Amino acid sequence: MTERASTSGLGMTGTGASSSFLDVRDLRIHFPTDDGLVKSVDGLSFRLERGKTLGIVGESGSGKSVTSLGILGLHKRGNAKISGEIWLDGQELVAASAEEVRRLRGKKMAMIFQDPLSSMHPYYTIGTQIIEAYRIHNDVSKAVARKHAIDMLGRVGIPQPDKRVDDYPHEFSGGMRQRAMIAMALSCDPELLIADEPTTALDVTVQAQILDLILDLQKDFNSAVILITHDLGVVAQVADEILVMYGGKSVEYGRAEVIFDRPRHPYTWGLLGSMPRLDRDVTERLLPIVGTPPSLINVPSGCAFHPRCAFAGRNGGRSESEVPELLEVDPGHFAACHLGRDERVEIWESEIRPKL
Amino acid sequence: MIAYVIRRLFTGVVLLLVVSLATFVIFFVVPRLAGASPDTLASRYVGKAPTPQAVQAVKERLGLDDPLIVQYGRFVKGIVAGNEYKAGNDVVLCNTPCFGYSFRNSVEVWPQLMDRLPVTASLAAGAALLWLLAGVSIGVVSALRRGSFFDRLGMTTALAGVSLPVFFTGLVSLALFSYYWEIFPAGGSYTPITENPGLWAYSLVLPWCTLAFLYAAMYARLTRAGMLDTMNEDYIRTARAKGLREGAVVTRHGLRAALTPIVTIFGLDLGLMLGGAVLTESTFGLPGMGKLAVDAIRGSDLPIVLGVTMFTAFFVVIANIIVDLLYAVIDPRVRLG
Repeated sequence: MTERASTSGLGMTGTGASSSFLDVRDLRIHFPTDDGLVKSVDGLSFRLERGKTLGIVGESGSGKSVTSLGILGLHKRGNAKISGEIWLDGQELVAASAEEVRRLRGKKMAMIFQDPLSSMHPYYTIGTQIIEAYRIHNDVSKAVARKHAIDMLGRVGIPQPDKRVDDYPHEFSGGMRQRAMIAMALSCDPELLIADEPTTALDVTVQAQILDLILDLQKDFNSAVILITHDLGVVAQVADEILVMYGGKSVEYGRAEVIFDRPRHPYTWGLLGSMPRLDRDVTERLLPIVGTPPSLINVPSGCAFHPRCAFAGRNGGRSESEVPELLEVDPGHFAACHLGRDERVEIWESEIRPKL
Repeated sequence: MIAYVIRRLFTGVVLLLVVSLATFVIFFVVPRLAGASPDTLASRYVGKAPTPQAVQAVKERLGLDDPLIVQYGRFVKGIVAGNEYKAGNDVVLCNTPCFGYSFRNSVEVWPQLMDRLPVTASLAAGAALLWLLAGVSIGVVSALRRGSFFDRLGMTTALAGVSLPVFFTGLVSLALFSYYWEIFPAGGSYTPITENPGLWAYSLVLPWCTLAFLYAAMYARLTRAGMLDTMNEDYIRTARAKGLREGAVVTRHGLRAALTPIVTIFGLDLGLMLGGAVLTESTFGLPGMGKLAVDAIRGSDLPIVLGVTMFTAFFVVIANIIVDLLYAVIDPRVRLG
C-alpha cells in the first residue's frame, strides 16, 4: 500500500529538497483531545510554484484552515501532532525550530484571514499594525516604515492613504479593512501568500474586487497563492489548480479547468451541484450534498465520504472497509474513489453533468 | 474627544453634588426622620456628656433650626466658599473647602484630613504598585501556562488572598516579621517620606505587602481571565502570522487588550483606598484617613466622620472620571461615544 502511494506521482518519491517552490508531502496534523484524536489533516500532499494559485476547497471542518495554519507553523506544538514534510523554497518547515519558522512568517510566507475586523487589533491604527509587520523583518526607522505602509495602502487601492494610515480598524469599511489586511500581509513581499476565505465576510459586491486585487498583486510580486474557500465560484475565477478536501484528506486534485470540466470524485460532483449558476434557469433547484460533514474524531470507516455518497453501494463493500487512495486518473489529475475510472466517466457524463 | 471630556467632567460635577446631597441626607435628614429634634441632633456634635449651653451653641452655629434646604445650601457653600459658624458674637471660621468643624476638639475637619492624607496616600501608592506588578504578572503567566503547576499554585494562593481578611493576614505578618523575627518594625511606627525616605519605606513594607496580597489576588484572577480571552482572539493569530516574537505578541497585543478592565477596577480601588484603608491602618496603627475615621466614630466626633465620608466619595467620583478618560486613551473605539 505504501508502495502504491509512493508511486502515485505526487512527488512523494524519496526525501530531500524539492524542486517545487512549495512542496507539502504527506502532511498530518492531529490534535489529541479528551474526546479522542482529531485527525484534522491526514496525509495531504500538494505542490505549488511561484506565480501560481492553488485553490483548496472543502466544507467547514475539512481541514483547509488547519492546513494553512500548519504551513505557517501557527499551531501550538504542544497541542498539535504534526508529521510529514513541508518544503518551502528548499527549506523544510515541520522539523525546523519554532524560531526559524517565525523568521519566515510574515516575510517569506504571509496570510490573509477571513474576518478582517477581528483579525486586526482594535487598539492600534492600521498604520501602526502595518509598520509593526514591516519592521519585524526590515531594520528601518519608523518614518521609513510609515512611508512604506502608506505606499502599500495606496497600492491596495485605499484612497488618501496618507490620511487613512492613522485610522483605526473600526473606522474602515469591511472591504477597506480587507484591503488593509492584504497591504499588511504583502508589506514584506512574501513569496507565498495564503488567503483563508478572504472574501467570506465581505459584501458580495466587494468580493470580486478583493479577488482581483489579490490576483493583480500576485502578478506584481510573482508570489505563490493558496486560496482557501468553500466557494467553488471563487476558485473558478482565480485558481490554476484545485485541491478538494474532505475529512482531512485530499479527494481530488488537478488543474482547475479539469476539475470543473471532468471531475472524477462524487464529492466534487456534489460541490458543483450545490453551486448556483447564473446561466441556468432559476426554477431549477440546487442539488445539495445530503448529510453533514464527518466528525474528525470518528471518521467513517473506509472512504470518509461513503455515508453521503449515492454511489457507495456499487463497490461491493469496499467503500465501507477500505480507504481509497489518491490515484492518477488522467495525467496530472488525481482522485480518491473506489469506483472504476470508466464507471465514473459514465456517471459524470450521463447522470451528473446534465443536471448541473 | 474634547466634547467627551467636557461631557464627562460635567457629569462628574453633577455626581459630586449628588454625593454631597446623599451625605447631607444621611447625617442631617435621616436622624430627623428617626425622631431626633434639633437639640438631640446638636448634642451629638459636642461629645459624650454635653452641657445644655454647649448644645445650644452648636445648634445655633450649625443652624439646625433652619429649613433643610437652607441647611443644605450652607453645607454646599461651605465646600466651595467656606463657612462661618456664629453663636452670638462668637464666630468660628471654617476655610474653603469647609468639610465641617469638630466642635469637640475645636478644629476644622479639612486640615485634619490633609494631615492624614499623606499617610494613606503612601500606603495606597506603594501597595498599588506592588499588587499591580504582582497580580498582573502572575495572572499573565498563569494564563499562558494554563493548567500547569504554577497556574494551580498561583490561583490557590489567589483564592487564599481573596478570602483572608486583612486583619488576619496583617496580624499574622506582624506576629512573624516584627515580633518573632524582628525584621520589620511593629505597628504604630510611621515616618513621613519628607523626613526619612528609607525609614518611610521600611515602616510601610508590612502594610504594603498585607494590603497588596489581598488586591494582587483579585488582580491575578482578573488578569488571568482577561488573558485567556484575548489570547484566543483572531488578532493574536494575526500578530503571530506577521512573525512577531511571542513575547511581543503577549505584551503588546494580548496584555494590551486584557488591561482595559484592569485599569477600570484599578482606578476605583485606588480612589476608594485614598479615602482610607480602614482595616490595614487600624491593624498596623498607621495614622491615616481610615484610622481617623475609626477614632472619630469611637469618640462620636460626627463632623470628622462626615468629612471622611465626603472625602472618600469625592475620590471615588474623581477616580471614576479619570478612569473614563483613560479608557478613551486605552480603547480608541470609546472616543466616538
